[in-house]
Amino acid sequence: MSDQSIIDYILHLGDNALVLGHRNSEWTGHGPILEQDIALSNIALDLIGQARYYYQYASRCINAADGASRPFPGHEALTEDVLAYHRDAWDFRNCLLVEQSNGHWGKTVLRQFFFSAWQFELYGALRHSRDSQLAAIAAKSLKEVTYHLRWSGEWVIRLGDGTEESHTRMEEALGDLWKYTGELFVPADYEKPLALSGVAVDLATIRPAWELKVGEVLEAAGLERKEGEWMQKGGKQGKHTEALGYLLAEMQFLQRAYPGCEW
Amino acid sequence: MSTFVQITVLMSSAIETGFQEKIDQDIRIEPRDWMPEAYRKTLIRQISQHAHSEIVGMLPEANWITRAPTLKRKATLIAKVQDEAGHGLYLYSSAETLGVSREEMIDQLHQGKAKYSSIFNYPTLTWADMGAIGWLVDGAAIMNQVPLCRASYGPYARAMVRICREESFHQRQGFEILLVLSKGNEAQRRMCQDAIDRWWWPSVMMFGPNDDASPHTAQSMRWKIKRFTNDELRQRFVDVCAGQVKLLGMHLPDPDLVWNEARQHYDFGPIDWNEFREVINGNGPCNKERLAARVKAHADGAWVREAALAHAQKNSIREKAA
Ligand SMILES: [Fe+2]
Ligand SMILES: [Fe+2]
Repeated sequence: MSDQSIIDYILHLGDNALVLGHRNSEWTGHGPILEQDIALSNIALDLIGQARYYYQYASRCINAADGASRPFPGHEALTEDVLAYHRDAWDFRNCLLVEQSNGHWGKTVLRQFFFSAWQFELYGALRHSRDSQLAAIAAKSLKEVTYHLRWSGEWVIRLGDGTEESHTRMEEALGDLWKYTGELFVPADYEKPLALSGVAVDLATIRPAWELKVGEVLEAAGLERKEGEWMQKGGKQGKHTEALGYLLAEMQFLQRAYPGCEW
Repeated sequence: MSTFVQITVLMSSAIETGFQEKIDQDIRIEPRDWMPEAYRKTLIRQISQHAHSEIVGMLPEANWITRAPTLKRKATLIAKVQDEAGHGLYLYSSAETLGVSREEMIDQLHQGKAKYSSIFNYPTLTWADMGAIGWLVDGAAIMNQVPLCRASYGPYARAMVRICREESFHQRQGFEILLVLSKGNEAQRRMCQDAIDRWWWPSVMMFGPNDDASPHTAQSMRWKIKRFTNDELRQRFVDVCAGQVKLLGMHLPDPDLVWNEARQHYDFGPIDWNEFREVINGNGPCNKERLAARVKAHADGAWVREAALAHAQKNSIREKAA
């Protein structure tokens, strides 16, 4: 297990949280109901908070590594913001699901549900990681994720069951997003040795619980998932969809336009 | 006049006198208490305008959430905009105690019949605007709102206590954004001054017309819905900001701003009331965009609200059947 693989793994966890938090925050001020605008903004805040923990940890690891092997040689002491604002898309390790555009409210809550169902199982297992920092972040975040899962699952059921229109929209969202769920369970190169040594979660062990939860909620929502559909992947290795580049261009604009400033 | 009508008039004027006595003794009016129709109407207008301002006010700042320069700033800004949504909620609820529904109020906003604070019809062009809005706009809002914590109508006063606590937090955060910029490089200092230049006069206008042009003030003060006049509050705001801007090493865009030893206040230059009226009448830089964004969010959310209702109804039928 190299230093680089643990760093990649931490970034993977952090990038998932940041990118989805950012996407959710695009809704702030534009939600369908005031109370739900607040709820989704809360989830955005939780996820950005998690991302910060991971980036702070990753930057400590990188700063401790010796100079030659350090990524981002231009930055003397790495910070959470260097990691968020000064990496290009190919350095991001998030799964493709989280970078997908918000679309309508139904697509947003379905994306959240698939992700939270995964994160819930992942953090449940990661609490027992041999890496005490990762275990602590997971333990701290699990309560938040439990709420995200309940909230998003309820919305998926509500909209799948609600009206003909909402049902059709949810089918459409399922058609858009299902193909990005497979990647959640495909370990990246950096993940495999870490899973063997008990630092990372072995994704095969959490898959059945995820399948069960997703199956229950989709059934209650009256939605049918397609079997045997082709699954897209690549995000965890830095090969993203076109959506991420635009997200980063917007998010990183100030740091890129005025480098080296305090904000 | 018939005896019956005479008695009714006498009775209602006795009730009205009792109402004013309660106000004079600083006894809070609660939703089930008798109140004059004009008092109720004035409150509904004022509280709903205030609620709409909170909601429309989310938009100019939400603009910069996706472009906030650090993760910490991003989180703080999301939390701030979320607070404003919460303020809107408390205020809609307190207006609802006066017998008007949130839907009615929102419809009035969307149809252009209800007003909201004109300040939100100005654009947010740089990151420094997040600082200037916090410092000046939330700052002016606090000046206006702190006295309302003692407003005569209970639900309104209680909502304001909670809101003011959060607004002063926003104001400090905004000032701190500017303080960091003011210590930054050339471009950042330029950003900082530019934002102050653009937000200063609209903020000064937030206190409304001069007292001699403010017809409702006297009655609102008798009812203790208002505690100070527009000009008194405006003067207080100018005095505070004129001191604070020095800490930034910046200046307010008013060549006439000068300390008046005799008055123990700052004198300041003439306000462009023409601009004020134009923005109120829909000709501000972003009036159309702000309202359109609210209407769009509401229209796009219609199917979501309908589905939530339909699901709840199906559920209760299913529960009864079970
Ligand atoms: Fe507010
Ligand atoms: Fe505020």
